[in-house]
Amino acid sequence: MAIEVNGKSYETDEEGYLVSLGDWNEEVGKFLAQQESINLTDAHWEVINFLRDYYTEFQIAPAVRVLTKAIGKKLGADKGNSQYLYELFPYGPAKQACKIAGLPKPTGCV
Amino acid sequence: MADQAFKIPEYREYPTIPALVPGSMAHSKPYIANEKVQADMGFPGKLVDNWEEKAIAKFGELLGKYRSLKVFMDSCVHCGACTDKCHYFISTGDPKNMPVARQDLMRSVYRRYFTLPGKLFPKLVGARDLTKDVLDEWYSYFWQCSECRRCSVFCPYGIDTAEVTMAARHIMDTVGHSQKYCNEIIVKLNKIGNNLGLPGPALENTLEGLEEDVKEESGVDVKYPLNVKGAEVLLVTPSADFFAEPHIESLIGYGKVFHAAGISWTLSSYASEAGNFGLFNGSYEHMRQVAIRVRDAALELGVKRIVVGECGHAWRVAYAFWNTLTGLGAGAKDPFAIELQNQLDPRYMQPSHICEFTWDLIQQGRLKFDKEANDHRIITFHDSCNVARASRMGNYPGGQFEIPRNVIKAVANNYVEMAPDTICESTFCCGGGGGVLTDDLIELRVKGAFPRMEALQQVVDANGVNYMATICAICKAQFTKVLPYYNFDMRLVGGVHQLVSTAIRLGDEQ
Repeated sequence: MAIEVNGKSYETDEEGYLVSLGDWNEEVGKFLAQQESINLTDAHWEVINFLRDYYTEFQIAPAVRVLTKAIGKKLGADKGNSQYLYELFPYGPAKQACKIAGLPKPTGCV
Repeated sequence: MADQAFKIPEYREYPTIPALVPGSMAHSKPYIANEKVQADMGFPGKLVDNWEEKAIAKFGELLGKYRSLKVFMDSCVHCGACTDKCHYFISTGDPKNMPVARQDLMRSVYRRYFTLPGKLFPKLVGARDLTKDVLDEWYSYFWQCSECRRCSVFCPYGIDTAEVTMAARHIMDTVGHSQKYCNEIIVKLNKIGNNLGLPGPALENTLEGLEEDVKEESGVDVKYPLNVKGAEVLLVTPSADFFAEPHIESLIGYGKVFHAAGISWTLSSYASEAGNFGLFNGSYEHMRQVAIRVRDAALELGVKRIVVGECGHAWRVAYAFWNTLTGLGAGAKDPFAIELQNQLDPRYMQPSHICEFTWDLIQQGRLKFDKEANDHRIITFHDSCNVARASRMGNYPGGQFEIPRNVIKAVANNYVEMAPDTICESTFCCGGGGGVLTDDLIELRVKGAFPRMEALQQVVDANGVNYMATICAICKAQFTKVLPYYNFDMRLVGGVHQLVSTAIRLGDEQ
């Protein structure tokens, strides 16, 4: 499967996750968000950028708790909770946010 | 939820057998594993050319190897006791989701190739050739069984439907027709050590974060140690406990129990997964690969006890199969098993469930609680199928039902049971067990949760229940996802040790 953004084709898996991490750029991120019916705001980008930085360091997306803590530190305690993240990414911050950030899907009992 | 393309079943005034809706779930099919995953599993990359021949050969091999499978193929008398016991049948009305009919997808093929009447007069005895259509049916409906074994409780012959499902899946694996979700996870575990693919440094980072959080919240230095040689206890827990909500709250609880009791413990980055998806596919080899990591880690770290965290099927594998798979527990005779048996402390059950571990300490008076800290919660307990129907805790029948409840009642004041035909050995599956906890099966998962949601709704209405405790990572993830479809808050589900965590006195408050 593949998606096409600005005339360039990018391979995805059946569920729409990018196959190759290196393919991701902001335009691709915007396209993936659109497919999820999400209109990306600065608040979304805050999360996406954190996910990508964490992934670069640890080769895995952060635990939901690590993410909420980081967002809380940056944007204030009222946003450091999973409810806030679910408002941004209704299908779940781990899976939906990872998809838009071009990271692999977290697997297992999650 | 407004976005789904399927209808959620409506609550019934009293349980009735649903009207049949033939083919209503025939479209349900999980994604097929890709060639790369299959290569890592040692299975063909895609459906092989001579798949029929290979499948029947494998079927024959399994019948020879597992006497139980042959008995299950032969002994069903179609009495129908199982029909309305399956959560997927109750919620979908698809007749092929009646356990007897699902098994018959396989039994009809068995008759054709392995019985004389079926070989001679197939039509007369309902015997079928294994055609591509039949294989497709297998793929669809054997991935609509969560191997929860509720139907087996009601079967007068004790036919274990889960074992039939496992055999069918294993046959499909060997001809290259595998499900993506489970196989991808087994591959990840073999490469990285857990189902999530969480590497050691990320695990360490997460655990350090937890230590900071607990310190901030309680003022106490509770440790979440990793790879500590010479620790008393090795805790093996589902990797979801390191990653997901509400799972991680129970992990915090385990750490507090060890701290309060003053028992040294460690996690292992090599064996950082209790779950064992080899079980779901009926693949002994993969089940063993997964289990052996725990033995290796235990030997390497020199621990005296092995404790398993809140994970349903993991406890089934640990309780029932670790002894023959790894020598952990009595029975095995190979040198590594003997070394491990000599190393482990014989005064304790090996392995122990974390609920047994905590309950023992409570009985010894080594843990103290402020029960009122849980007073904002009205709690019920969802028995997880593999714990309830395939294992035990303590050394007496029914311990697996009592001990988790005892722990809850020791740490909280408000406890209510759900309807008696939906708990203990008659518990309903969460709808996501047995390898179907994947987004591509969301319709099945939402519908499958229906009987549990119905029972939950009753205690929510009658008693104001606002917390459903459970001891399984799959149950926790599944309910978090499906509760909102039934207009519940996703935070209504949590772990037993999350409750422990709330009430426990750490002993050195500042």
